[in-house]
Amino acid sequence: MASTIKREQTLDKLFSTITFSAAFLVLAIIVSIFASLFKESLTAIETFGFFGFISSTAWDPVREVFGAATTLYGTLVTTLLALALAIPVSLGIAVFLTELCPKFLKPIFGTAIELLAAIPSIIYGMWGLFTFAPLMGEYVEPLLQDIFGPIPIIGQLFSGVPLGIDILTTSIILSIMITPFIASIVRDTFNLTPVQLKESAYGIGATRWEVIKDVIIPHSKAGIFGSVIIAMGRALGETMAVAFVLGNKHAIATSLFDASATITVSLANEFTEADSDLYLSSLFYLALILLAMNFLLLAIAKTFLARKKKV
Amino acid sequence: MTEIAKRKIINTFALSLACAAAALGLFWLIFILADVLRHGIAFITPELFLNEAAPPGMEGGGLKHAFIGQLLITFFAVLIGIPLGILGGTYLAEYGRHPWLGRFISTLSDIMISVPSIVIGTFVYAIFVKPIGHFSGYAGALALAIIMIPVVLRTTEEMIALVPWEIREAAFALGAPYYKVILQVVYRGAATGIFTGILLAIARIAGETAPLLFTSFNNMFLTTNMNEPMPSLTVTIYQYAMGPYDDWHEMAWAASFVITLFILGLTILGRIIIRWKYKH
Repeated sequence: MASTIKREQTLDKLFSTITFSAAFLVLAIIVSIFASLFKESLTAIETFGFFGFISSTAWDPVREVFGAATTLYGTLVTTLLALALAIPVSLGIAVFLTELCPKFLKPIFGTAIELLAAIPSIIYGMWGLFTFAPLMGEYVEPLLQDIFGPIPIIGQLFSGVPLGIDILTTSIILSIMITPFIASIVRDTFNLTPVQLKESAYGIGATRWEVIKDVIIPHSKAGIFGSVIIAMGRALGETMAVAFVLGNKHAIATSLFDASATITVSLANEFTEADSDLYLSSLFYLALILLAMNFLLLAIAKTFLARKKKV
Repeated sequence: MTEIAKRKIINTFALSLACAAAALGLFWLIFILADVLRHGIAFITPELFLNEAAPPGMEGGGLKHAFIGQLLITFFAVLIGIPLGILGGTYLAEYGRHPWLGRFISTLSDIMISVPSIVIGTFVYAIFVKPIGHFSGYAGALALAIIMIPVVLRTTEEMIALVPWEIREAAFALGAPYYKVILQVVYRGAATGIFTGILLAIARIAGETAPLLFTSFNNMFLTTNMNEPMPSLTVTIYQYAMGPYDDWHEMAWAASFVITLFILGLTILGRIIIRWKYKH
């Protein structure tokens, strides 16, 4: 009897140790990702420094001079444009799902929006390259150029030859990809608005839009902010869809119709072709910068979403 | 115009915009799916699944090598990722409910889910491909497993937390040790949820391309040796789509169609199971 109990206690200890090790592995993996990327970028860090690297627009594999400014610029511009396009649409979808959609349609429509998030990025890339980019280059972009081209200053954004493989197309595709993330988180936070608050607003004669604008949205601020940050992290790290339609050109683009490069696209296209240690090390450095940005953003989003849950 | 009429007009206008946004979301979904269907379905032929790649520019090639490579890489990723994810989730939901470390790891997993998958690819290249000196199917499986672990871990944690505490107490009262309670009572109660989590995690890695680019790389030939560079459907789609030949593009569309169908099928199945199980 005593020995059975003893054996059970040992097994119990063993099982809890095994599960603990598995959970601890997550921490270990994250630490080793940071550590190994840092180790691999060391050559580039020593050669170019930090501010020197991120402020240099050079990217010349032949002369072995590398800088992150062009790819960082491409990454940030496409991400911010995608956010600007996605935020209003996602908020509209969330409003529709919580306040307007007939009840029997809600699960169907909700699933449809989530399917948009399930489509793999390589499919967005295929569609973007073969269907969407030609449409943009042939019809949409010339039209935009006709309308905005003659306006001074703004016209610069629409200059160049519209080919469809450019910043605008990429940002639109990215915005479609991140819309479901913002929409579903915002929908959930909208649903958390206390009914009493909404009804008291209706009670004093507010229209439905006024309730949304003055009660629901202010109440959901933290959730909206958190979801936007998560979506931003997603757009920063998106690779395949962007690789198909951005053109991987290391230059500071001044027009929406210019090709550009992001950190992810440079990695995808150049990593296996990097023929010198410094080249490869610079690519690892880019990956490290991307990881750090992403991690920071997600940590911020987590604190905002956690605060919302506590209330 | 009276103040009320003005407010009513603004109301109608704003709500119409919300409906338009919803319609736009639906429009993109239908546009993309219809496009993949339209391009892909014509090229779904028996040869696609039965033939290996033909030399570039020659007719009659298939993607058998990529299908088999994809299955093998996914299989090994599942083999590594799922047990680790489930065990880790078990710790967080059972033993680590209160200690700060448990909550910290839980938050960390959430962040890890969003780490760009291409960064995972560079990581596996640094710790696995570079030391052994060549690309391999194992490296690809490892990269996908690392992507899977936090996903499976978080779903397991959430599903186990849904099992009522009283059920465990009933088992404790019978004298069962904690590990037996977990293995025989808790897992049984959370089985459907964990299973759904696994389905969704497989759906997630099935479409991953970026982490495979510099781990399993690619291969134009059929191989079942996981220690060699291994083709996958997704990397093949990328290579073929960027290539100059029309029949490559056709095969890329066909492969896209198969992958989309597989992933959307799994995702919808997962949703149906969740709705059926947790409706009450």
